[in-house]
Amino acid sequence: MLTGAFALVFFYAPLDVDQGFVQKIFYVHVPMALVALVGFIVGGAFAVMHLRTRESKWDMRSYVAIHLSVILAVGVLVTGSIWARASWGHWWVWDEPMLVSFLIVFLLYATYWPLRFALEDKEKQARYASVFAVVAGAFVPLNFAAVRMAEQYIHPQTGATIAGGLPPKMALTFVVALAGMSLLFVTLCKYELASKHATYRLRALRRRLAGDDDELTLTGRSAAPQL
Amino acid sequence: MRSTVAALLAKELTLEWRTREAVPAMVLFSIATYVVFHFGLDRDRVVGDLAAGVLWVTLLFAAILGINRMFVAEHEQGGFDGFLLAPVDRTAMLIAKATTLFCFLCVVELVAVPAFALLLLGPPLTQALPQLVLVLLLTNVGIAVVGTLVAGLAIQTRARDLIVSLLALPLLVPVVLAATRAATPLLQDGGAGALPGNWMAILAIYDLLFALIAYAVFDFLLED
Amino acid sequence: MQSKLNVSCRHPAPARYLPPRPSSVLPVPTTDPVLALRGAGRRYGERVVLREVSLELERGQTLVVFGPNGAGKTTLLRILATLLRPHAGEVEVLGRSLPGDGYAVRGRIGFLGHEALLYRELSGRENLRYYARLYRAAPARADAVLDAVGMQARADDPVAELSRGMVQRLAIARTVLHEPELLLLDEPLANLDPAASAQVAPLIGARAPGRPTRVVTSHDPSGGLRDADLALGLKGGRVAFLAPAAEIRPQQIAELYA
Repeated sequence: MLTGAFALVFFYAPLDVDQGFVQKIFYVHVPMALVALVGFIVGGAFAVMHLRTRESKWDMRSYVAIHLSVILAVGVLVTGSIWARASWGHWWVWDEPMLVSFLIVFLLYATYWPLRFALEDKEKQARYASVFAVVAGAFVPLNFAAVRMAEQYIHPQTGATIAGGLPPKMALTFVVALAGMSLLFVTLCKYELASKHATYRLRALRRRLAGDDDELTLTGRSAAPQL
Repeated sequence: MRSTVAALLAKELTLEWRTREAVPAMVLFSIATYVVFHFGLDRDRVVGDLAAGVLWVTLLFAAILGINRMFVAEHEQGGFDGFLLAPVDRTAMLIAKATTLFCFLCVVELVAVPAFALLLLGPPLTQALPQLVLVLLLTNVGIAVVGTLVAGLAIQTRARDLIVSLLALPLLVPVVLAATRAATPLLQDGGAGALPGNWMAILAIYDLLFALIAYAVFDFLLED
Repeated sequence: MQSKLNVSCRHPAPARYLPPRPSSVLPVPTTDPVLALRGAGRRYGERVVLREVSLELERGQTLVVFGPNGAGKTTLLRILATLLRPHAGEVEVLGRSLPGDGYAVRGRIGFLGHEALLYRELSGRENLRYYARLYRAAPARADAVLDAVGMQARADDPVAELSRGMVQRLAIARTVLHEPELLLLDEPLANLDPAASAQVAPLIGARAPGRPTRVVTSHDPSGGLRDADLALGLKGGRVAFLAPAAEIRPQQIAELYA
């Protein structure tokens, strides 16, 4: 899907009149940003589920969603600043609300790992991380609203004009790219969850083989949740 | 509920009065920061947006000092367990702690804002004092609520001070942003401009939303 | 009422032993256990610190818990005090199941842990007044319990300046401040000299007024078994023995520590 999207990006979508070839980064940058933001909020929603049910699977899902969203956020910041360099001539533009908001959100979520790592009890770690994810998830839209208000609006109005403002060829490419990015995100989530499950099962089996089905075999501290 | 909050609040204020741990440090820190700004910016007086920025960045960092100390007595001297054992609503802890921090910030500002006017501010402080106080109060509510939440999140961790700063700074960016934008016209040379209503609204909405979020999640920080 | 006052005749303070406040639940038949655990367990991370504890305790009875350090005694007490939630099994305290109904029983439990739970910069009196407000007890109760533990003379010194034995006496005062029906005592006589132990006995002993149900941890075989109705031995989080106190032989306890 994503490959298809990239094919469309390069061969199908017309070149932007103002921005030329660099505009094509738009098909990576914007879907990535949207997916990352949705990922943060979904992580917060999973965290709410964890706090309500206290089942560790929700903490795991929240963790994975936030993990991948932060990785995407790095991508967003990099592609965003490349784009900014190309179209405005600077690597970093402070009057650019989306980029600034993204940086703030990224800085906040970067604390997720230090927080988890600094709590030794797994249950407490999961609960505190969930509280963090809920607070941060609620902070994301609020922060965007505040920062957007602060700066005059020079960002290309991509978000608002998906349906209307783009020429149909661009719109189609964009939608395909967005779908591709979402699928990529979901697939990576599934993959990471499966791998975490497998690691956990493996460790449980090892313990079984070692003959102590309950004594502690601590595997060192880690920031990742456990089941 | 009200009597519980009153009991907690009385205890907090007595403790601070006895130990004088947070407020004097916050005041001294603010004044020292103004001195640093004076040399860092190489200016004798600041005006408008620069003045608002210097004022609120200083207050924010001073607040973080206070936030770091917030739950230390509870954590180290068993106050959490004592509170959790009692048949009381846990939200009382959130309300009492946030109120305490709010009071601390107000006291700090009683000294720090006149000191700012004396040391750095160009136009006279009195030209828009009521509006400025309003902005300060709304900011304090936001910092108090977010600070309590962050302090609660960080208190059980080992690198407490680090986590507090890393969490509080991004979370409070909108507060600093709105407060400085709202206060900029108040600190202009040649008479104060009007107080921008939209920024005050942003501050108020932020305060309200975070109060609700804190109310919803704070109980989970107190368990076990 | 009269008989309650008799116990305290050494420390004449009229308001000391108020009759227990009417609780929100109706009087329970005496056959209902105050404590009922069925397969209770608790993990800490991946480590199981308490497993499969099942027992019942009648109103007014005393359970003594033996076990070496790390055997799970404190964990058990903290679960009963609603401070920790059980991860397995069922726990009923005063007819309510934990952790869901914790709010309903908190005001009726007195918990004395390893830590005094007192603010070091506040005086004993200020600490007790603070707790009296949290428990909605009369402020006079704070002075009454200060009398009862013999701390009236040093009541206005900051807790930080008191000796460990004095802090322990204040902690005992805090524990009985709200006249709990269930006492959870983690080595209550630690740091106390014999005279002080005798002094606090009317407050937390088996014959304390109102005959509270008690769960007491102990390392002392003879002292622990005295006044106990039921004895529980824990080792590595597992139940080593659970029997009427009269049937416990000293070597059973000694084996726990072996």
